[in-house]
Amino acid sequence: MSRAQQYIDLYEQTADTIKQQAATLLNAHRDEAFARFKQVGFPTNKDEAYLYCPVLEALDTDYGFDLNHLTVPANATDLFRCDVPGIRAHNFYIVNDQLQPAHTALPDGVIFCKLSEACTHHADLVAAHLDRQIGTGNDGFTLFNRTFAQDGYFLFVPANTTLDLPIQLVNMLYAQSSLMTHTRNLIVLDEGAQLHLLVCDHATTGIDFFANRLTEIVVGKNAQLHYYTLESTGADTSNNDQIIVEQAAGSQTVINFIGLHNGRSRHHIAINLNGEHAATWLGGIVISGDNQRTDIDTDIHHNVPHCHSQELFKYILDGASEGAFAGRIVVAKQAQHTEAYQTNRNICLTKQARMHAKPQLEIYADDVKCGHGATTGQIDENALFYMRTRGIGEAEARMLLLLAFAADVLDKITVEAVRDRLRLMVEQRLRGGESKCKSCKIC
Amino acid sequence: MLEIKNLHATIAGKEILKGLDLTVRPGEVHAIMGPNGAGKSTLSSVLTGNPAYTVTEGSVTFYGKNLLEMAPEIRSRKGIFMSFQYPVEIPGVSMVNFMRAAVNEHRKYKGEEPMSASEFLKLMRTKKELLELDSKLANRSVNEGFSGGEKKRNEIFQMAMLEPRLSILDETDSGLDIDALRVVAHGVNTLKNNDNASIVITHYQRLLDYIVPDFVHVLYNGRIVKTGTKELALELEEKGYDWIKKEFEA
Repeated sequence: MSRAQQYIDLYEQTADTIKQQAATLLNAHRDEAFARFKQVGFPTNKDEAYLYCPVLEALDTDYGFDLNHLTVPANATDLFRCDVPGIRAHNFYIVNDQLQPAHTALPDGVIFCKLSEACTHHADLVAAHLDRQIGTGNDGFTLFNRTFAQDGYFLFVPANTTLDLPIQLVNMLYAQSSLMTHTRNLIVLDEGAQLHLLVCDHATTGIDFFANRLTEIVVGKNAQLHYYTLESTGADTSNNDQIIVEQAAGSQTVINFIGLHNGRSRHHIAINLNGEHAATWLGGIVISGDNQRTDIDTDIHHNVPHCHSQELFKYILDGASEGAFAGRIVVAKQAQHTEAYQTNRNICLTKQARMHAKPQLEIYADDVKCGHGATTGQIDENALFYMRTRGIGEAEARMLLLLAFAADVLDKITVEAVRDRLRLMVEQRLRGGESKCKSCKIC
Repeated sequence: MLEIKNLHATIAGKEILKGLDLTVRPGEVHAIMGPNGAGKSTLSSVLTGNPAYTVTEGSVTFYGKNLLEMAPEIRSRKGIFMSFQYPVEIPGVSMVNFMRAAVNEHRKYKGEEPMSASEFLKLMRTKKELLELDSKLANRSVNEGFSGGEKKRNEIFQMAMLEPRLSILDETDSGLDIDALRVVAHGVNTLKNNDNASIVITHYQRLLDYIVPDFVHVLYNGRIVKTGTKELALELEEKGYDWIKKEFEA
């Protein structure tokens, strides 16, 4: 029996319930997606893009589903209150796939609501973008998401609008027993819009979760998006997170991933540079120990001339943890004057820690500047000794060196309060202490 | 303060120090000279606790305590400092964070409170002036992109910040032009008092015109084979090391 069979059976039994409780526009292609999922099933470790994917085995667990959204507690915002000090932000909370009512006022024209509500109140806006980037794809996880996803959020920033504060979205997985959730999100920045978004992923500890998330992002002409993600879940959480971005001419995005605690995660980030002079900075730092496994799989497509992309991913692997980075860059034949650079640096602190690095550049244009480099090594013993001869203890010296290693990734965060907070959390993580928000009652 | 007796040390199984003896008292400046491969850098590495070297025989005490069983950071906090021949670049660690961590670890060891940020910056400013270092130094990464002269001045700057009881200057003059040499020597001489001591390791007599030694030792084949006053350094400068080699190979 194939790995997909239990989910195929489930869909056949529950399709009506799924559709009743779902955002209407997600139903439009649901049966079609299911039919294709039934054919292709899940990818395997034999598929190139899933070579080191750590979440496949986790699909064999028998998870609960919450098709009627019964697990969400009434007082969700009290339970998950986040006290990131100094971060003044518009705070929002999602429990599983349900965006909670918020107590913050966004500027005129900015929409942040459940995808299901957006399908009712802003149907044209949603329909113009939903599915557009993934419609014909045959990726098993994407089809799996399109078969089961019922809701998520819709975030829209109108033309030439800049938010006064960043939006902080606390993304909670919450249940009393094992749970699989599918989430569909859509972010649209209209021409000249600007947004800083911080997404914090958390989960109830001691419960098996499988999150299958898919976020489509559209960055309009000359718009600017800063998207920061913090992953701080537990050993029992499996996370398959896909972000698909489309950039119009002159747009700029910064996507920065900070991985501190997790079980098994796959982060797939695809960027389509579809307008000239669009620029992307994509990077992150993964700090892991014990048996944590993190796979980051990036896919940047330079489809037109004069675009710029830069990637910087770093991993610090302790214990028996495992990291994988695959960086694919495709420069299309017509995409002349492309500049694309990729850097991947990793430190394995133990003999048991493993890193798999795979740069993959496919260049079909002939007038481009592209480069990549990947290194995996240990902490610099000469630097360590030098610091110790100045009286700095070994543990502190190691911590300073690792923090320095992470610095250039953290420096890309332009909101000072967010940067300082994340730097502090990274420091606490490196010191081996708790790196969780103090008042959080859940994780 | 420092008593080295019959010190033998190896690196990667090869014996470099072969029974070295040296006594250093407060207020003294000792110069150690010798040809390439004599063991000069091995001596400074062993004294600072470089894990690449193994001591196979002999003893080193610092104020009566066994130095060899102390971790490098403990030796530093007890007052031993080495100016590296090749200072290490540490990208991403700023000078200010590096020095603050070091100074506060020293203070903690002595049972003192950590320094406040403003006190610390004031201290840094004063000491930087002594070494004529760029005021932007604080925010630069440790030694990264520093010129050869800046690196050496930065070593003496760190010495000024930590105020060691015993400083070991390992070929601090190598790669320095005459102006930088003067600045470095001025720094070292300003820091000198009756309670601290220095071991100056050098190839050339030139440095000893600026930092005047009480004793000059010749290190050859892993042992100190000759000790004299500063005139010995002049003699070495004039005659080279061959006569020493002949004397001890015979």
